[in-house]
Amino acid sequence: MNNLIAFHTIIKKEIHRFLRIWPQTLLPPAITTALYFLIFGKLIGDRIGNINGVSYMDYIVPGIILMSVISHSYANVVSSFYSTKFQRNIEELLVAPIPNWVILFGYVGGGIARGLLVGLVVTGISLFFAEINVNNIAITISVYFLTATLFALAGFINAVFADSFDDISIIPNFVLTPLSYLGGIFYSVSMLPEIWQQISLANPILYMINAFRYGLIGVSDVNIQLAYIITAGFILFLTLLSLLLLHKGIGIKN
Amino acid sequence: MNALSIKNLKKTYSNGFTALKGIDLEVESGDFFALLGPNGAGKSTAIGIISSLVNKTSGSVSIFGHDLAKENAKAKSCIGLVPQEINFNQFETVKNIVLNQAGYYGISKKTALKNTEKCLKQMSLWDKRDTVSRRLSGGMKRRVMIARALVHSPKLLILDEPTAGVDIEIRRSMWEMMEQVNKQGTTIILTTHYLEEAESLCRNIAIINNGMIVEKSGMSELLAKVNKDHFVLDLTKPIATLPKIKGYELEIADDKSLLVTVPKGQNLNVLFQQLTEKNIDVLSLKNKTNRLEQLFMDLVNE
Repeated sequence: MNNLIAFHTIIKKEIHRFLRIWPQTLLPPAITTALYFLIFGKLIGDRIGNINGVSYMDYIVPGIILMSVISHSYANVVSSFYSTKFQRNIEELLVAPIPNWVILFGYVGGGIARGLLVGLVVTGISLFFAEINVNNIAITISVYFLTATLFALAGFINAVFADSFDDISIIPNFVLTPLSYLGGIFYSVSMLPEIWQQISLANPILYMINAFRYGLIGVSDVNIQLAYIITAGFILFLTLLSLLLLHKGIGIKN
Repeated sequence: MNALSIKNLKKTYSNGFTALKGIDLEVESGDFFALLGPNGAGKSTAIGIISSLVNKTSGSVSIFGHDLAKENAKAKSCIGLVPQEINFNQFETVKNIVLNQAGYYGISKKTALKNTEKCLKQMSLWDKRDTVSRRLSGGMKRRVMIARALVHSPKLLILDEPTAGVDIEIRRSMWEMMEQVNKQGTTIILTTHYLEEAESLCRNIAIINNGMIVEKSGMSELLAKVNKDHFVLDLTKPIATLPKIKGYELEIADDKSLLVTVPKGQNLNVLFQQLTEKNIDVLSLKNKTNRLEQLFMDLVNE
């Protein structure tokens, strides 16, 4: 019961934080993705034609939604947990009788909540540009949720190791964004030369985007079961790593 | 029962610096205990380990009989910490800072709201409950940290230099508050650089230096060890030469004041009598240093 109250307190605080600063957290993805849909989907997409049997606009919608989920679930945890470290109010949690898993799930829960909310905003905007008939609701929702979880965990680990505000922008700028763009948001990997197809298969984001695309419009470049295995494997690994870091106090305790 | 029991506590940081070299310390339940030491002596490391902010290298800590390593949650539930530096979210309101802390301790919303109101009223902060904390004065921020530390009704309150940098008026009101909390049954451990604060508030004391406890006793027993008093005498007229009076060490501070060192047990009547005979009139007298300060300096300089 005590742990449940502590978890509720952390997650409520986290959700309240990103809702309070909605012009920074919810508005920008709405504007950015509207521009993506307009420029890439509408203006350029009309000249590209169909990919894998669907219109270019319909093809890019799942990737753009999931890219927003990835970047915002990550950004929420990395910025919030690093600020908690920076302002030293992490000490409020460390002195209290809260198990490490409650701290982890509280912050990750906040990241998932923001990722999912931003995803919903982007989905709402996409409805102005594309007609989405969900192919498989269970796959859509599960991949949506698992992806937000994975990147919220990754954001947490980034925050644990970060020593400056520069450290929390390096991974999103130089790893996440390139991997997302190269993960087949705007194209099918089958359009690439053979060697680049093989290299692309090493990008875990490719599997999530394609699994989500399959859930929404029934089109995928990868095996869906493999996508689930990779995503779940990463989640398990990052959860265990996060708990180990909290247990050792790395980057948190003196 | 001991509120705190520390056995052979050692801490060596990753850079090789040994902050604690095996300290033993016991604080009785209900005590008002001073933990003193110069900067870098190991006080904050010891407090950090007790409050789970720093990992120990070896040794044991138990709070009200709960071993911190084995019964972590029970031990933590007994402690309230007021740290040295402001460490709350500066963008949060006063009420939410205290209310969230209650939540971290697993206190239900209804009780948390009641406790928050009580603690904020006790700290005279209820009127500021909806103020964003960064807009508070320094003294108010310190009181927010005390309210936050008290919200789960801890049995042991640790105050790490709570009055550092606050003005005299706030310091005195904080002293009153600490005494009141102690009278209500909460054990208090206080670290401070204001030795008169420790002398007037605390019943027992430990002095830590270079990672070791160099003195541990009751405050009155410790003060009884002072064997000299130092006074400053302000004179009505300037003096040109230093008078010599047997049994007292005199020194000219400036042309209208004298420093006098008086061995313990020696009365001051002879001093004044001889000064009068030498036509030196004393206008006023004050202690140069307080007694604890003198002892502290002697102990840490040994």
